[in-house]
Amino acid sequence: MARTANSRLMLVILAAVFAFLYVPISVLVALSFNDGGLPTAWTGFSVKWYGELFRNADVMSAAFNTLVVAVVSTIFATLFGTLLAIGVEIRRRKGRFLETIIFAPMIIPDIVLAIALLSFFSMLNVTMGLHTVILSHVVFNLAFVCSVVRARLKTFDWSIVEASADLGASTPITMIRIVIPVMMPAIIAGALLAFTLSVDEFIIAFFTAGAGRASITLPMQIFAMIRFGVTPEINALATIVMAVSVIALALSQRLNRGGLPGQ
Amino acid sequence: MKDRRPLYLMAPALAWLTAFMVIPCLLILALAFFRRGLYGGIEYTFTLENLALVFDPLYAGIFLKSAAIAGLSALIAVIVGYAAAFAIAAAPARRQPILLFFAVLPFWSNYLVRTYAWIVLLNREGLITGLAQWLGFDGELPKLLYTESAVVVGLVYNYLPFVILACYAPLSRLNPEIAEASQDLGASAWTTFRRVTVPLTFPGIATGFVFVFVLSIGNFVTPALLGGGQFQMIGNLVYAQFLTANDWPFGAALSMILIAIMMGLLTLQTFASERASGAKREDS
Repeated sequence: MARTANSRLMLVILAAVFAFLYVPISVLVALSFNDGGLPTAWTGFSVKWYGELFRNADVMSAAFNTLVVAVVSTIFATLFGTLLAIGVEIRRRKGRFLETIIFAPMIIPDIVLAIALLSFFSMLNVTMGLHTVILSHVVFNLAFVCSVVRARLKTFDWSIVEASADLGASTPITMIRIVIPVMMPAIIAGALLAFTLSVDEFIIAFFTAGAGRASITLPMQIFAMIRFGVTPEINALATIVMAVSVIALALSQRLNRGGLPGQ
Repeated sequence: MKDRRPLYLMAPALAWLTAFMVIPCLLILALAFFRRGLYGGIEYTFTLENLALVFDPLYAGIFLKSAAIAGLSALIAVIVGYAAAFAIAAAPARRQPILLFFAVLPFWSNYLVRTYAWIVLLNREGLITGLAQWLGFDGELPKLLYTESAVVVGLVYNYLPFVILACYAPLSRLNPEIAEASQDLGASAWTTFRRVTVPLTFPGIATGFVFVFVLSIGNFVTPALLGGGQFQMIGNLVYAQFLTANDWPFGAALSMILIAIMMGLLTLQTFASERASGAKREDS
């Protein structure tokens, strides 16, 4: 493997793959700062398209909706997912059925969960809106939080819990004063992951948000806008959305060196 | 504290998953066996018509087409992703984490945005057309966007980082002495790669392939955006049954098939991985 012909080939492969991965998004980011707004002619640097974006009432209300959905579903998912992770890890008997139920939300195709929830809500005659999107997002978010927290719990030193119990602390006190603080980095990492997944999630939101304009989320807004073609405004919006997810996930990754699920 | 009844800790999450995942999924399973009502509602009489309809030539054609597109995307993604993972694993050890990080970074950004990036590149006033004109190409360029090729490119682009990750894991664990031994015994680098490296890292390849195939075959965003609604894939068909055609039982039957394909492939993949690791153990 040390021969130069081979290592040159490896460099060519790396260069080609990284170009393939990064050229499309880089072009997009560059065009969002193009004053003229045309994709083929660079007429100078400008942030005016970002300004347009903030004056676009549809985009702003969609962004607000997304923030509401992401924050509320992240809070529930973090709470439930963390408790679930601790519960599963302190159980001695590992049930295959339980593992399947916990793992399922991460692998079930979005479209299947989306139509299942749509059928479910409409059969119960539930009026759909942001609240149904939140209910639905908690499903996959709690699974992801659980998997991040569980990964960290594998290396958790349970003897400190026994020490706490020996010293007379009750289980809830041990939980709040010992387990949760030690696990905090992983819990925050899981929460950040859940937040990004929720901000980016399109299909389930699209099916469970109901018909009204009032409950459109940002990805739904982006989907509607892209169908009508390329505009410099979408480029700017896409750049912001991309930056938010990358920053949140880089933070999550830093906090939780155990890595993201799937890695 | 170990083994104190942890049920109360798991109860909220399990209740949530039961209410908003298990029950809805069972519901569409049941829905697939009911008749479509006259005005788009559901008539509660048992029927196998919906499942039979899936195998109607019209819809079977869409299934085959979806499978072909998903299969082609998975194949290309595995070839490119394996090459990339191999190159990363061959890089100096201290550079590997950063290379891997940047290979996966795009995977973290919004799916719609990554797909949109290709619309920007491929559309008629897009960069590629502009580049061709700038290079002096006057003729009519073939249509780039709203084609099957555009859909395949979009799917490969979106799922490539996952394949790189899946293939890198076994490649980085591979003992370099095995390849050296093969070459010492007279095998060429290519033969070693083909007969030693690839079989030993097969679980990663299988995981990558299954992942891309499963996500592609049920995808409705990429065909809608990059295919421009020119042709349908299963995902679009399911979408239409629920949001426009109002034939929920048929839509439910279609998604049951989707789940069946997914479970079948995942089982095969687990089986293949177990066999591969079993073979390794026998060798050592």
